[in-house]
Formats: sequence, structure tokens, C-alpha cells
Amino acid sequence: MSPPPFARFLEEHRAQVYRFLLAAVGPHDADDCFQETFLAALRAYPRVREDSNLRAWVLTIATRKVIDHERARARRPVPVERLPHWSAPESPDGEPEVWRAVRSLPPRQRAAILQRYVLDLPYADIARTLGCSQEAARASAYEGRRKLREMLSPDGSPKATGGAR
Amino acid sequence: MIQELDPVRRADVDRASRLAAERVVERARRERLEDVMVATVDSPVGTLLVAATPRGVVRVAFPEEPEEAVLEELAADLSPRVLADPRGMDAVRRQFEEYFRGRRRRFETRVDWSLAPSGFSRRVLEQTARIPYGTVSTYGEMAKRAGSPRAARAAGNALHDNPVPIVVPCHRVVPASGGVGRYGGSEWRKEWLLRLEGWLQG
Repeated sequence: MSPPPFARFLEEHRAQVYRFLLAAVGPHDADDCFQETFLAALRAYPRVREDSNLRAWVLTIATRKVIDHERARARRPVPVERLPHWSAPESPDGEPEVWRAVRSLPPRQRAAILQRYVLDLPYADIARTLGCSQEAARASAYEGRRKLREMLSPDGSPKATGGAR
Repeated sequence: MIQELDPVRRADVDRASRLAAERVVERARRERLEDVMVATVDSPVGTLLVAATPRGVVRVAFPEEPEEAVLEELAADLSPRVLADPRGMDAVRRQFEEYFRGRRRRFETRVDWSLAPSGFSRRVLEQTARIPYGTVSTYGEMAKRAGSPRAARAAGNALHDNPVPIVVPCHRVVPASGGVGRYGGSEWRKEWLLRLEGWLQG
């Protein structure tokens, strides 16, 4: 049995994948990673089973693209004129420090907290997208959340937030 | 939920993700990853959904058929790699627009017969594709040309299920007894098309 028409798959998941990538790699590279994600999905699409969890599947691909992107960036010699762009990236809204803090997390922790707290994925799915156990996914999200709080409260004391879990 | 991530949750990504999705379609076309491309065409007989494969136009649907259902059918019968690609369909869309303005007498686009039944039905449709603009033929004549002179009714059924109406002009086949006869896309459209082509007056 075949999956739904790719046109519908793209329309259904484009916003979430874009949001994930925007936060994970920033506005400059989100577009490239988005193209790579959906083209990889399109290539593999005829082999996808109808009853697959397509949302978790496409986020798995996107997570892999983020990790690839980080590795490539780490290998690339950094051109001096690009440094300001990375250290102070434009942000889609007026809170650049949040986006910058997210992007400074290690890729797996970054993917875990975005999928958990922005895309509301259950840990079972996050474990799949990261290719690890549910406990490891939880640990990554926990670690990411802790670091994020530290970074966003300059005095180092945890911010009081309602409904944190 | 953690409040720190609210800006990420709130960011409006609709427009940016739509543009990014359009670029995915552009690249899919350049890399020949599209098995089926679809686009809509506005016309005086309603908005048509037109689908093509690399082999040619494979499906034309009138608005009575929900777009979603047509896409599902294409995905199941041809390939799930169905993409909405209006730009990729530019040449085909232009031909439809010219036809509806009375400036085109034949479609240059090729036909992909994948969704047409094989055998007699297919032969009827192939013969129908040869009927010139502005003229008509009969169900009996089509049956004869397809090799079964007495199968006029079966020819009518084959034409009723034509997957590519307008491009394969099944509207040019009428009953020998008079009138315009049946049409898969409602009879008023058949009359409208025959009037456009000048075969019906008024």
C-alpha cells in the first residue's frame, strides 16, 4: 500500500519541519536543510509504508540533516566575514537570545527539546528520530532544558516558570 | 511546556515554509523526481485539475471530483510521488487556455494512457483522439473503427470513462439518433464544448 500523495505530505508537514529547522540551524541554513530533507523524503517516498508515522519519519530525516549540517560546519574553515552572522544571527522575531541559546546546544539535545517542547512529539517518536532509547531521549531533553534555562537567566539561577515538566 | 521556547512556538513560519516548499518542487522537477505533476486550470466549464507524467497528460478532472480524491487515485494507481507543480505544467496549461479562447484547434501535448483500460476501450479512445476539431462522429462509428462494429454501447461507456477529457475529445462523439448524448463531465459541458468548436450553433 502506498503513502498519501506527496503533495499532501509536503503541505501537512512543511510548517513543522520548517519551524524545527529554523530553530535548529537558523534562518540562513534552514532553507537548505528544508530542501535536503524533503528531497531525501521524496527519493525514498515510494518505499514508505502507508501506515508509517510520516511525521516522525520526516523529522528523523530533518534531524539527520541538522547533524550533517553541524559536522560540515565544524569542518569548514570559517571565513572571517561570516563570523558576525553566526554570532548574531537575524531572528524571526524580537528575541534573538532565545534562538541563539537553542542553537548553541549540542545537536541531539537541540533536536530533543525542539521536538518535545515545540513540536509536542511523544518521547517514543523522539527516540525514533534520534535513533536511541526513550530514556536516552528523555535525558537529552532534560540536559538541553537545563542548559537552556542556565543560558537564559544570566545570574545562573533557574527561572521560575509555570507548567515546566 | 517550557516558557523559554515560546518565541520558537509562536514564530510565524507559514509563508517561509510555503516558499521553501515551492523550491522543493522546483528542485524535484529539475532532478526528475516527480512521477506525476498536477495543476489547476481555470476554464469556462469550471476549474479543471490536470495531471501529467513524463509521458504526457494522464488525467483531466472536472470540479465535481474532489481534488483530494483525484490525488489519492493518482498516488494509488501511478506513484505516490505526486506533486502540485503549476510551473512545471505551464505549457499544458497554456494550451488549455488557448483552446478555451478558441485559439487552439488541437492539443500538442502527448497523452499517457496509463489510466485508460486496455483493449477495446483504449482503441475507442485512440480513435476518438483523431476526430478533427469542430466535427463529430457517432458511437457506432467509433465502435467500428475500434474493431467491433456492433459495440456502440460499449464504445459509449469507454468514452464516458475517458481519463483525459477535452485532450482526447470524447465530446465529439454523439448518438446517431440525434442530440449530443451522454458526457462524463455533465451534458451541459458537452454542449458548451461543441458550441465553442462551432458544431452547435447559438
